[in-house]
Amino acid sequence: MAVGKAPKNKATQSKYVLLRHRDIPGLDQLEVYQNQGGFKAFRQCVASMKPEEVTEVVKASGLRGRGGAGFPTGMKWSFMDKNSWPHYVVANADESEPGTFKDREIMENNPFQFLEGVAIAAYAVGAQAAYIYLRGEFWQLAHQLDQRIAEMESAGLLGDRLFGSQYSLRLYTHLGAGAYICGEETALLESIEGKLGQPRLRPPFPPSYGLFGKPTVVNNVETLTNLPLILERGAAWYRTMGTEKSPGVKVFSLSGRVNRPGNYELPLGTTFRELIFEHGGGIPKDKQIKAIMAAGASSALIVADERALDTPMDYESVPALGAQLGSASVIVIDETVSIDWLINKTVHFFKHESCGKCTPCREGTFWMMRLTDRIASGEAKWDDVELLREVANQMKGKCLCALGEFSIEAVLSGIDRFRADFESRVKAPSRLVETA
Amino acid sequence: MSTLQEKYPAEIQAILSKYPVEQARAAVMPLLYLAQRQEGFVTKGTMNEIAELLSISVTDVASIVGFYTLYYDQPGGKRRIQVCNDLPCALRGAQEFLDKLCDNLGIRVGETTADGLVTVESVMCLAGCDKAPVFQVQTGEGLSYHENQSVESAMALVESWRKDARSSQDADKK
Ligand SMILES: Cc1cc2nc3c(=O)[nH]c(=O)nc-3n(C[C@H](O)[C@H](O)[C@H](O)COP(=O)(O)O)c2cc1C
Ligand code: SF4
Ligand code: FES
Repeated sequence: MAVGKAPKNKATQSKYVLLRHRDIPGLDQLEVYQNQGGFKAFRQCVASMKPEEVTEVVKASGLRGRGGAGFPTGMKWSFMDKNSWPHYVVANADESEPGTFKDREIMENNPFQFLEGVAIAAYAVGAQAAYIYLRGEFWQLAHQLDQRIAEMESAGLLGDRLFGSQYSLRLYTHLGAGAYICGEETALLESIEGKLGQPRLRPPFPPSYGLFGKPTVVNNVETLTNLPLILERGAAWYRTMGTEKSPGVKVFSLSGRVNRPGNYELPLGTTFRELIFEHGGGIPKDKQIKAIMAAGASSALIVADERALDTPMDYESVPALGAQLGSASVIVIDETVSIDWLINKTVHFFKHESCGKCTPCREGTFWMMRLTDRIASGEAKWDDVELLREVANQMKGKCLCALGEFSIEAVLSGIDRFRADFESRVKAPSRLVETA
Repeated sequence: MSTLQEKYPAEIQAILSKYPVEQARAAVMPLLYLAQRQEGFVTKGTMNEIAELLSISVTDVASIVGFYTLYYDQPGGKRRIQVCNDLPCALRGAQEFLDKLCDNLGIRVGETTADGLVTVESVMCLAGCDKAPVFQVQTGEGLSYHENQSVESAMALVESWRKDARSSQDADKK
């Protein structure tokens, strides 16, 4: 079918829930999106459902947050403090975890489904304003979204007294400026408020004290993009996909040493093997797979043995491998990569991105960087590896936010599960990584 | 030199209108992008103006410029090529790309070419890991993505900027 020639008034059968633009041409145009049934769900919510009823549908669908923690979305909404107003919704479009590039594809190509999702969440929690916080690098994308929001206003889909109701809603974009920590929801709120992007002490949590001190729901882009179809097709439909405790689909960002890196929308519970070898086409040059990081640079390293490859990627099964699913950013490591090189990379990342607010993380990432630099240079003794492990262990449970905890995941699992790589490095300096 | 308010009155109003009136401070980040537009960095003068406009201290504004990596308080090259060399990209040859690009430009990472046109920087993940080598180009006007790059394509881009710079110089002379 030619681009822009989607059939009028007839919905195209798409095999996707989130990446529908891949088989519906022109879905990034408002007219096409509406012809595909777009904004019916939002209109129906506003015109004929109470906000609590919308929340109930989302609860029943079992949708869990796609930003990393997997927290049930409907439950989060129901925590909003009803004694304090106004309420806000914030879409987390910071997408800065190394290995994660799904929200960008959604916002660039299926923007109205995302924006409709923001609108539905706002209606459900009684927010009349919602902010979309984009990482500063998404500059062009933010300007595109501004235009789309203006189109929605002209079409009467945003603004005052929508669809003849008493409900009014406005959406705004807000650009960050290069800081991974602003993806952490309380740092993000500080950043919108015009402050340094540093996490807040919790409690209180955003649903009682969020943006501008008001009750706020923060949801990931992908989480929100699920909402229009859940409302349109129902909670039971959503539960036909995925597993009982992790229902629905997920966009897996696949990167690293794999033949076909990219985003893959698959049911939660799909195995690592299917993602990496069927969809991703396996490892280049027929090398052996060595390790998997399931949650970007924040992951513990999973030893890629048969058991791991057959593990379903969902919020319950991945922890059984001593790791987390997180944002489902799957980085594939092959046999040519030395793990001491890899943790040097991740530690540099966290050192660079530590916001400096608390000492264990600020100092710990600095010392881990020094030690992994020395180990990678081949000039370290085994004592340095032990010291690195000790520094990482010292940080455990003492950091103010999860960034500090993320920074030790690859380090500790790397030393424990790939000990030989460190043993050989402290004996002999050698190349860090074979080129692709 | 004219102030931001003289130069961009409508844009400043549009920015302020996004936030509750009593939360004007929230406008500081978009205003800093505006301040960076002309010179490619935030001057002392515009920091003062933003502080005054939002009733916050100049120290607060300066600390925000210091905290976020996309704001600068010093001039750099006219364009900043920010190459991702984070883990997933490094697994797909980003380090070699970065090294060769720098060789071709005759500079090291972090430096600016002698004509002042290009600064090359190594940055963290840009959310384009499946399309490595990837870089963004930052100017005062904004940022743009360049994916699936080669040293040849990157150098062709730089060459096109050099040509633009020469023709605008010629135009100035006439
Ligand atoms: C250091 C750090 C970085 C994070 N980065 C992101 C991010 O880029 N995008 C995102 O959606 N969530 C990110 N999160 C998770 C958010 O704090 C928050 O849990 C999430 O936005 C909630 O949305 P959800 O319930 O829809 O998943 C990050 C958390 C931490 C600790
Ligand atoms: S753990 Fe690190 S990033 Fe988080 S608040 Fe502490 S210093 Fe900042
Ligand atoms: S690691 Fe380079 S774009 Fe993600």
